[in-house]
Amino acid sequence: MSDITSRGYANPDILVSTDWVAQHLDDPNIRIVESNEDPLLYPSGHIPGAVQVDWTTDLNDPLRRDYLDKAGFEALMSRIGVTNETTVVFYGDKNNWWATYAMWVFQLFGHNRVKIMDGGRLKWEQEGRPFTRDVPQYPPAAYQAPERDDRAIRAFRDQVLKHIESRKPLVDVRSPDEYTGKKLHMEGYPQEGALRGGHIPGAKNVPWARAVNTTDGTFKTADELRAIYEQEQGLKPEDDIIAYCRIGERSSHTWFVLKYLLGYPNVRNYDGSWTEWGNSVGVPIEK
Amino acid sequence: MIPEKLAEIIDDFSSITDRGERAEYLIEIADRFPAVKVPPEVAAPPYDEACRVPACESEAFVWAVEQPDNTLKYYFDVLNPQGLSAMAMSVILDETCSGQPLEQVAAIPTEIVLQIFGREISMGKGQGLMGIVSMVQREAKKRLSGA
Repeated sequence: MSDITSRGYANPDILVSTDWVAQHLDDPNIRIVESNEDPLLYPSGHIPGAVQVDWTTDLNDPLRRDYLDKAGFEALMSRIGVTNETTVVFYGDKNNWWATYAMWVFQLFGHNRVKIMDGGRLKWEQEGRPFTRDVPQYPPAAYQAPERDDRAIRAFRDQVLKHIESRKPLVDVRSPDEYTGKKLHMEGYPQEGALRGGHIPGAKNVPWARAVNTTDGTFKTADELRAIYEQEQGLKPEDDIIAYCRIGERSSHTWFVLKYLLGYPNVRNYDGSWTEWGNSVGVPIEK
Repeated sequence: MIPEKLAEIIDDFSSITDRGERAEYLIEIADRFPAVKVPPEVAAPPYDEACRVPACESEAFVWAVEQPDNTLKYYFDVLNPQGLSAMAMSVILDETCSGQPLEQVAAIPTEIVLQIFGREISMGKGQGLMGIVSMVQREAKKRLSGA
């Protein structure tokens, strides 16, 4: 039994190990995608054959605050040589935080052949595995995407308002100082992108990185995750849950943990997050 | 007016339009990070939290040591070994602000981050890097005000 399958996850196949990736570097059915918080990392060296998907320039609409559309997604997939049949393996820095974000966006277009490399860039580096600066070029692929479907895994502000009225659970995955609003009032902090501090009423505060082992960036076991989200915070697998942070990036990590590792069927990411809520007129805020 | 060397490097970056070229230049700068890393005689881990850069996901720290000529020598550390952008920012700030007139260092706008790293940088990343600039600027202001 591999280390990943022994951890008790609801969907262990969603993760692959660094060993697995090393064995599939030349697999034409696999595309390895690096997605980082730090834009200098990929050009400084990446897993051989990996392409970069940059959240800012590749996944966002250049004008509106929204994600790319069907045509944009098809163009992206073509550029990185991904067909509808290709399995995409994401990895990145910061405990795979941006890797899960990219994966979440891919799922808005129904690309479900996706996996995350457990431990991300950190573990690959710790194990002394190779990095290259060579940027691979793949033949443009034909990809047919459906229209983006936000319903299942994305939440919008008005839905969050109804969610609060129904007293359904929310998870605020930011730091305690952001959750309490203290950060907005601390001297020397740069503008946090919001006029008001605090959190959405009723939200539980579970900083996203609690789900990973800090030594190697791997995910904690299912029992350890349940201890945090269920025993400590009182979430139940059947709950309808919305996770949020500042712009939806950190909360995509928690979305991934709850949906795939613990197998909760109803988890959505509110990507408007605090930069929308903390700037909205008249919405309720708790401190 | 900002330190002359900083104005020069911002000018260098303003002429770069290719994203890859910008990244290569910043990676080269980040390679010089060991030269600006805080020496043990100035600070050793665990560091004073007062020196931690707010909002920086790469866990950057900044120290300012007063010099005989009343300027400041800046030192940095970045605990995230993958925090290349924070390292590059630290190198730029040391090389252009250490030993420079405090009035000029205090006048550095945080927007230099966008001029150096490009406007497409993510909001969180930009805020973290601006936090490093703010710390450098704040140390200069503190000395100027006699605090």
